[in-house]
Amino acid sequence: MRITQGTFSYLDDLTDEEIEAQISYAISNNWAIMVEYTDDPHPRNALWDMWNAPEFDLEPGDADVAMRDVAACREAYPNHYIKVVCYDSSLGRQTSALSFIVNRPSEEPGFRLERQEKADRQIRYTLQPYAVKDPIGRRYGNKGDLAVTRDPAAGQNATPGRDSANAGRDGRSPNGSSSP
Amino acid sequence: MESGAPKKDRWAAGVTPYAEMGYWDADYEPKDTDVLCAFRVTPQDGVDAIEAAAAVAGESSTATWTVVWTDRLTPHEHYQAKAYSCEEVPGTPGQYIAKIAYDIDLFEEGSVANLTSSIIGNVFGFKALKALRLEDMRIPVSYLRTFQGPPHGIVMEREYLDKFGRPLLGATTKPKLGLSAKNYGRVVYEALRGGLDFTKDDENINSQPFMRWRDRYIHAIEAVNRASAVTGEVKGHYMNVTAATMEDMYERAEFAKEIGSVIIMMDLTVGYTAMQSMSKWARRNGLILHLHRAGHGTYTRQKTHGVSFRVIAKWCRMIGVDHIHAGTVVGKLEGDPSMIRGYYDVCRQRFNKANPETGLYFDQDWASLAAVMPVASGGIHAGQMHQLLHYLGEDVVLQFGGGTIGHPMGIAAGATANRVGVEAMIKARNEGRDYYSEGPDILLEAAKGCPELGAALEVWKDITFDFESTDTPDTVATPTTSR
Repeated sequence: MRITQGTFSYLDDLTDEEIEAQISYAISNNWAIMVEYTDDPHPRNALWDMWNAPEFDLEPGDADVAMRDVAACREAYPNHYIKVVCYDSSLGRQTSALSFIVNRPSEEPGFRLERQEKADRQIRYTLQPYAVKDPIGRRYGNKGDLAVTRDPAAGQNATPGRDSANAGRDGRSPNGSSSP
Repeated sequence: MESGAPKKDRWAAGVTPYAEMGYWDADYEPKDTDVLCAFRVTPQDGVDAIEAAAAVAGESSTATWTVVWTDRLTPHEHYQAKAYSCEEVPGTPGQYIAKIAYDIDLFEEGSVANLTSSIIGNVFGFKALKALRLEDMRIPVSYLRTFQGPPHGIVMEREYLDKFGRPLLGATTKPKLGLSAKNYGRVVYEALRGGLDFTKDDENINSQPFMRWRDRYIHAIEAVNRASAVTGEVKGHYMNVTAATMEDMYERAEFAKEIGSVIIMMDLTVGYTAMQSMSKWARRNGLILHLHRAGHGTYTRQKTHGVSFRVIAKWCRMIGVDHIHAGTVVGKLEGDPSMIRGYYDVCRQRFNKANPETGLYFDQDWASLAAVMPVASGGIHAGQMHQLLHYLGEDVVLQFGGGTIGHPMGIAAGATANRVGVEAMIKARNEGRDYYSEGPDILLEAAKGCPELGAALEVWKDITFDFESTDTPDTVATPTTSR
């Protein structure tokens, strides 16, 4: 199956050029750009991990900055879901303005729908991604070897995700890089 | 107004013209806390326009047809509404726009029922007028803040559904009457798995002999969950809780919550009080609340008489609904583009600037009341996607009922056509293309990778609803054709 979350999932996967065009549009609206990834694509998972702090204050022509985030996140998590989220902080919005998937696992097994029969013909439904039977980092063909060291200069310390060098992601100890 | 006869004393028993009783005051400066109304007044032949305006002010506030001494037991000037402006509509002799100010003390806090009983309670049947229309209303912030407003609003709805940056897509289940619960569930499932975000009960689907409400809910929620599982998206079906009594409505809403629905709906026909009760229930229980404006055309459509829909939209934002049907421009139902722009602005903006082109007579500060998601429904299809985006913008639910279920390749294919169409159009717009004029090309390009869209464009290519609007702005002539 193909998970169709995000704004452009019914179209062919966007090329890098097309992704950059969307990011340029977001920048022209003064939206911040975030890159987020997950291996738990449950539709109610509102908290994908942040690749780094949101890119605020990008100027027209800075789309390549955000594209580098996309590329780096893809390199680190080639078999995860990755999305670009464009954030509008203006009064009365203060929420995502655009959100689209830019990377997905090569295979998407989809979701199990579980039904628990109750009285009066009611059914209690639960949805689970097949992939979450395995622990974080060991899903979608990943082997739990995704400890990622990122450029400390990029300022990711502001938002240490569960993959941060300090967090010992994927059950491994940090690979020696000490946080500045 | 001035007659040769000596003026009657204000308090002498008998009939004193309304204008002379204080209901007309050309020098009145409206207070920030006043409720302001703009009425389109069509006096009977021979009735003075200012007296007609004063009569409207009088009958919608303290006055009755004759002088009553008991007025003197009150600081009556405080409670009198004051007509303060009355201007002939340019180019339309015999019609006047009268502006009337009402002190906030005339209204119960947080009650649209009370507000409307005052403002539109009696005056519309007034014999001295041929016709009367409430065109617009300015609600002061101080009064607005006594209302809850939408239970969730556009922002919370989008975060709840995790859907951003494009119109939401829906469909009303068809045929609206006669399907059994299981067949109904089939339509819901096919439409949702094909790519729509929502399906909807129609306004007149409540609990009839061919399908009782509980059976429908159970089959619809099965369809919603199945569709979620095959797409990984949050999906919803508006469960119509409209019923004969408030108790029945609560029972249905509770059941919808219990089985896990994200959204319920009700019809405008249930009345303002019932709507406000459901709004509070929806806020308390976390369900999105959709409103179908069933019946509104009986009093909103005619330009000279009734209540403009922009006023109904304001009341509904105060009452608190998350969705409201507000017109399509290009579909099968009445809708002049600039009038509909005004309705959408009322639903979505934080502040409405007065704009005669869109029928907004007053500035309106919404005081951070959440925004309402307008819904476009009735005779729209994928081939109009560029027009829909152009006229209606991004924060809207586009409901393709026939335009999904009537698709030659099936319901899911119809849904896919709509989803691909909207995503392609948003992508093109964001890329900086002139999507409005290039719209047909953008859709044809997208259809190359999507036979479902190709088939939709083919089957509905000649369908337009090109009729003259009955309700149009006074200032600008707008063509209704959207081609």
